[in-house]
Amino acid sequence: MSTVAAVTRPPSRGRARAIHRHRLLVLAGLFGALAVAALLSVMIGAKPVPPADVWHALTGPTGSENDIIIRSLRIPRTAVGVLAGIALGVAGALMQGHTRNPLADPGLLGVTQGAAFAMVLSIMVLGVTSLYGYIWFGLAGALIASVGVFALGMAGGRGAPTPVTLALAGTAVSAFLYALTSALVLMDEQAMDVFRFWQAGSIAGRGDDVVWQVLPFIAVGLVLALINAPGLNALSLGEDVARALGQNVTLTRTIGVAAITLLSGASVAACGSLAFLGLMVPHLARPLSGPDHRWLLPYSGLIGAAALLAADVIGRMVARPGELEVGVVLALTGAPFFVFLVRRRKPVRL
Amino acid sequence: MRLQAVDVRLGYGDRVIVDGLDLGIEAGTVTTIIGPNGCGKSTLLRALGRLLRPTGGEVLLDGKRIDRMPTKEVAKVLGVLPQAPTAPEGLTVADLVARGRHPHQTWYRQWSSDDESAVSEALSMTGLLDLGERPLDELSGGQRQRAWISMALAQGTDLLLLDEPTTFLDLAHQVEVLELVRRLHGELGRTVVMVLHDLNLAARYADRLVAMRDGKVIAAGAPHEVLTEPLLAEVFDLDAKVIEDPVAGTPLVVPVGVRH
Repeated sequence: MSTVAAVTRPPSRGRARAIHRHRLLVLAGLFGALAVAALLSVMIGAKPVPPADVWHALTGPTGSENDIIIRSLRIPRTAVGVLAGIALGVAGALMQGHTRNPLADPGLLGVTQGAAFAMVLSIMVLGVTSLYGYIWFGLAGALIASVGVFALGMAGGRGAPTPVTLALAGTAVSAFLYALTSALVLMDEQAMDVFRFWQAGSIAGRGDDVVWQVLPFIAVGLVLALINAPGLNALSLGEDVARALGQNVTLTRTIGVAAITLLSGASVAACGSLAFLGLMVPHLARPLSGPDHRWLLPYSGLIGAAALLAADVIGRMVARPGELEVGVVLALTGAPFFVFLVRRRKPVRL
Repeated sequence: MRLQAVDVRLGYGDRVIVDGLDLGIEAGTVTTIIGPNGCGKSTLLRALGRLLRPTGGEVLLDGKRIDRMPTKEVAKVLGVLPQAPTAPEGLTVADLVARGRHPHQTWYRQWSSDDESAVSEALSMTGLLDLGERPLDELSGGQRQRAWISMALAQGTDLLLLDEPTTFLDLAHQVEVLELVRRLHGELGRTVVMVLHDLNLAARYADRLVAMRDGKVIAAGAPHEVLTEPLLAEVFDLDAKVIEDPVAGTPLVVPVGVRH
């Protein structure tokens, strides 16, 4: 025992504290960035609103034009953006962590095509016309598709699906559903119209009802994601090491897939396809957090929300008096940025 | 018996690799499993470490069926280091070793002073205290292997299973890792089971050798009992002379040629 007993005072203690403080500071900084993005999102639009009026609308609305714009349009839209951004950022980090693949995005589980197919079907077969109506169908479609993918991924091997079987099953199911959706919208002009806008990805025109519709799913998804973080840290050392460390691999994978499904399903149903955000955001968060998912997940959520709002604000400024859909702006600005990022520092092996 | 395999059948899918094998591991010993490629030694080690569930028979840890114990409780007593593990890029040595504390943590209580001291003890045992903040991918092969062993040490188990801990290491680094194993055994009384390919190092650093072929234990016992010329022929199809290691006095295998 002699050599061991000699070390009583861990020398790295101060350093560990400094790292912890640094991470909390980064977290606060990201909250600040999100707050700024949210304020801009409330102020900027077809009719710019000065900060004083925003304050007025928030604290003591008197029913002025600006009050109405802010309370019934801008705030719900911003809230949907924050929710979807957090959800997609966290879902993207979870997806890349579980698959150990830096190119994985939350759409890999089939949620995007599942939601699209269910929405188109509801418009054509049931004659659903309101946004509020077909979001429910989108959610159901996303959940059913990813449960199907999970079951298919499991059928190949014994026990928990592996990242490879999940990705293969997800790709196959997505391609199948996409073919069905394409066939359907070619037959129905109205469905085509809705589908086109949904596919581009947008948070415009989303009201309070949409916020309350997706909030419970995203809240449960976020709780599951946080519970998943330590297990995902163990899993990132490989399944055998995770098992050796006493982690139940099947349970960890199941919780992870459930969280990804709820988060990306809810945001896809509310805003359409914004999967690129889920791919990109973890790459922005990782240099700040390192490979620890307990920090990577919250950072990804905050960056996702700030990025989505920023892209939405840009979309409202560049095409006045109309606006560019946020999905288009995200892809147009995000793709070159992503290429820059990948060229500057080689993508991280997970 | 700390750890025991009783009439186990092991395999992947329909392929049976080990059938009807019995093996007991005594407390406080270093046991090394040897055998030709594909003889089932890594499979057996994975089963002993409950990474692979037997399709027949059972594995007992301190007399209790290991598959019926909560896996987290097992992880507090039994550490397993699989072959050639990989870590995410950018993970530092200290972070990796800290992850060895996983079984002692809950999601609401992530870090304690016990964890802190276990990690620095593990780092000092392996001589890595100064490299704690270095990313794993910047280390040499020998240092990286020592970092993984530190992770298993930080887990604080008195039983350790190591699957080919010296693979990809040059001879000096192999000796370094095995000297560390010997200290774990000698100074801390840990029970170690490992798979090794180098017979001479196996003979030098083990109390007990287990020779396997085709999923069966052919011989088990002290190195000088197991490493004999007839056994090498039977297990490895190898013609060899066995002489005395001039340094350690253990058997030293000098190959003559392969039998056809």
